[in-house]
Amino acid sequence: MKITLRIWRQAGKDAPGRLVSYQRDDVSPDMSFLEMLDVLNEDLIAKGEEPVEFDSDCREGICGMCGLVINGEPHGPQVTTTCQLHMRSFEGCDSITIEPLRADAFPVLRDLVVDRSPLDRIIQAGGYVSVNTGSAPEAHSQLVPKVHADRAFDAAVCIGCGACAAACPNASAMLFLGAKVTHLGELPQGQPERDARVVNMLNQHDEEGFGGCTNVGACATACPKEIPLDVISQLNKDLRHSLVKGL
Amino acid sequence: MTDRTAGLFVEGEPIHDTKAPAGPIETRWSRRKFEAKLVNPANRRKLSVIVVGTGLAGASASATLGEAGYVVKSFCYQDSPRRAHSIAAQGGINAAKNYKEDGDSVFRLFYDTVKGGDYRARESNVFRLAEVSTNIIDQCVAQGVPFAREYGGLLDNRSFGGVQVSRTFYARGQTGQQLLIGAYQALQRQVAAGSVEVFTRHEMLELVIVEGRARGIIVRDMVSGEIETHLADAVVLATGGYGNVFFLSTNAMGCNVTATWRAHRKGALFANPCFTQIHPTCIPVSGEHQSKLTLMSESLRNDGRIWVPKDPADRDKDPRQIPEEARDYYLERIYPSFGNLVPRDIASRAAKYQCDEGKGVGPGGLGVYLDFADVIARLGVDTVKARYGNLFDMYARITGENPYETPMRIYPAVHYTMGGLWVDYDLQSTIPGLFVAGEANFSDHGANRLGASALMQGLADGYFVLPNTIRDYLAAGPFPTVAQDAPEVVEARSAVQTRIEGFLSSNGSRTVDSFHRELGHIMWEYCGMERSEEGLLEAISRIRALRKEFQDDVRVLGANEQVNASLEKAGRVADLIDLGELMCIDALQRRESCGGHFRVESQTEDGEALRHDDEYAYVSAWQYSGEDGPPVLRKEPLVYEFVEMKQRSYK
Repeated sequence: MKITLRIWRQAGKDAPGRLVSYQRDDVSPDMSFLEMLDVLNEDLIAKGEEPVEFDSDCREGICGMCGLVINGEPHGPQVTTTCQLHMRSFEGCDSITIEPLRADAFPVLRDLVVDRSPLDRIIQAGGYVSVNTGSAPEAHSQLVPKVHADRAFDAAVCIGCGACAAACPNASAMLFLGAKVTHLGELPQGQPERDARVVNMLNQHDEEGFGGCTNVGACATACPKEIPLDVISQLNKDLRHSLVKGL
Repeated sequence: MTDRTAGLFVEGEPIHDTKAPAGPIETRWSRRKFEAKLVNPANRRKLSVIVVGTGLAGASASATLGEAGYVVKSFCYQDSPRRAHSIAAQGGINAAKNYKEDGDSVFRLFYDTVKGGDYRARESNVFRLAEVSTNIIDQCVAQGVPFAREYGGLLDNRSFGGVQVSRTFYARGQTGQQLLIGAYQALQRQVAAGSVEVFTRHEMLELVIVEGRARGIIVRDMVSGEIETHLADAVVLATGGYGNVFFLSTNAMGCNVTATWRAHRKGALFANPCFTQIHPTCIPVSGEHQSKLTLMSESLRNDGRIWVPKDPADRDKDPRQIPEEARDYYLERIYPSFGNLVPRDIASRAAKYQCDEGKGVGPGGLGVYLDFADVIARLGVDTVKARYGNLFDMYARITGENPYETPMRIYPAVHYTMGGLWVDYDLQSTIPGLFVAGEANFSDHGANRLGASALMQGLADGYFVLPNTIRDYLAAGPFPTVAQDAPEVVEARSAVQTRIEGFLSSNGSRTVDSFHRELGHIMWEYCGMERSEEGLLEAISRIRALRKEFQDDVRVLGANEQVNASLEKAGRVADLIDLGELMCIDALQRRESCGGHFRVESQTEDGEALRHDDEYAYVSAWQYSGEDGPPVLRKEPLVYEFVEMKQRSYK
């Protein structure tokens, strides 16, 4: 396959960035998207040019480290992570534009690498159950109906990649937030802190510079783990409950 | 020892684990916990611990030590602690809950694990692992880990390879992810509480030892390039395994041996480095561009049938056109009683033999078929989709083939490393104050790890073992304050800086990845599924030549003061090259086959692994003796008081 890549290059956090074109003539359809970038980097180093920096780790779609905006879409044209995309998805496509995940809260560190630490701080604000090691009761002392366990799981599959915020026109991370609130809120273990959790996490979300949700739904479309939009409805419902209680 | 291995290593004094209590195995852990000194809560605030790594072992240890009141600093190279590679574990976690009332017990989990490890693990450690396994499930459920449940609301279990009871707890095919998120959230709760400080995008590059004790680490800030010194009363390494020495493995791209290797160079013994696990069911390599391999869960072998064409001439044919009588279901033929469900090491080797005979399928002839046609005909596509849908989708995405219509192609790949830094029963290495947890240590899996046991060990070490044993060491602290300009600190920092400057100024012609790939080829060829004296000697000489070429000809562009993946990889690959040589030497001295270590010189008449318990029932713990000196082999004898050593048979 022959493809022209247009890749965002930026030397550092405060440096200006621009799109740079690279012509590729030997792309195999069996390559993963990131392997295609690996090969580009090998060639750049051979020519004495600095390679394109991008994040990736597990390369099996679960760690959440990778995340590029490909032709305007976070993680590209398929419902999967960037690392699980393969070049056969781009057959017939002669140009690909590759940018970092864009959101005010995710400053670019270099090229395609961004800082997603705001997502960790949102979890620190309440995305947990307070139970010290060793103080847990016997696992079967509390039954959890399968439907609740399954819904909790469906929300808990979030990989924290940040594609939701990058896809949102308001750069809102509400899908990420809703997923955690729903995961813990579905389980009996999450109940004692449920009201405070939603309020504290939401305050942190806003403080980090993420925008508000206007129900566009671009987040759920971009989510590689298909987290449903209704976790945001759940979040709003939990929030109303908390506000009524004066939290 | 034959002449041909002379000079490659020397044998030193044996080593013993002095911390495990003797006597009845059922009470050893309680007695050790009782004997270990306590630190009163007010004093814990004066004691600091560095934990490197945020996988299951590291995150759970940091959270637990933070909850106890110690001052904890946690480090990871990723941009968030949640990304550590424990997250990729699919299958499940074992625990001796006996919820199915099918005859399980702590003793049976202990027995299965010792046997599965082919009698090369310590009894005391494995018993403790089985004992605390039940606490892990309680803890994780309380954290909100959404394990699979039955309609009545109880936790569901399934069975896994190598055992006959159902003791595996799971969260669909993403158990590692859910357990890690549980530990990560516990860790973030301590960050909010101010007891743990997390340093992301920081890579440990050196250990600081002062007056014989591990007192800190030198790290590189991977964004600014700044070299920082962090000091504490104790250091914990929970930095995972070294499977990436093979270049292609199921490990994450960033997994590396640098933290443990740097500690090894400073005096920590490295145990059983040649014990690696090769998983039989991975998606085969598609070309030279391949950067990593993806596992297809072991559970597929419950319903899939493995075969190759009988006639090598058929290997390029459409598999659906090959009639039944022209197929060789070789596992079912050779191992009629276990069939496609033989343990991982045996299934992997059998696939290699078929491919060696020229019957391998797919690109390069390195693959065998895993065929679901029978089960689809018997149960229908919908049932198969419900059981394995996500795996089939992943396979289709990576290969572009539809496994519902044509058989999957699979091939073995490196998956886990049983070896690691030597630790005593307290998880303390041979350097006082340096503790090692999870895959990074060597202690629990012997020569082969059973499925669903890695998650169990990581969490056992981090939540329950280490926090109880480290207090015995910390009780003697706080240790004298170390100044940032102490000679030991200055020396460690300047060693790191010199090394980085060396990579950046070498101005060679080859990329770091090209060296890594070549190292991987050598290791896979000669120190992979099958090892021989001839091959290992060849590997050692090639690795030495590669090391020389790397020093002279590596090219790393850019500067230290920026995000620079090539620079990060250069240090990791240099350490993997050194480790690779030690793995080959370890494989060379162990002239027996056991678990994942198969020496062609040591097999039964029908080609199965043959142990030699009279000579090799020991842990090989290696001591570093400088860049030019041969490594020193120190043996820890393994004694079995509670389990009888037997030859495994799966026929």
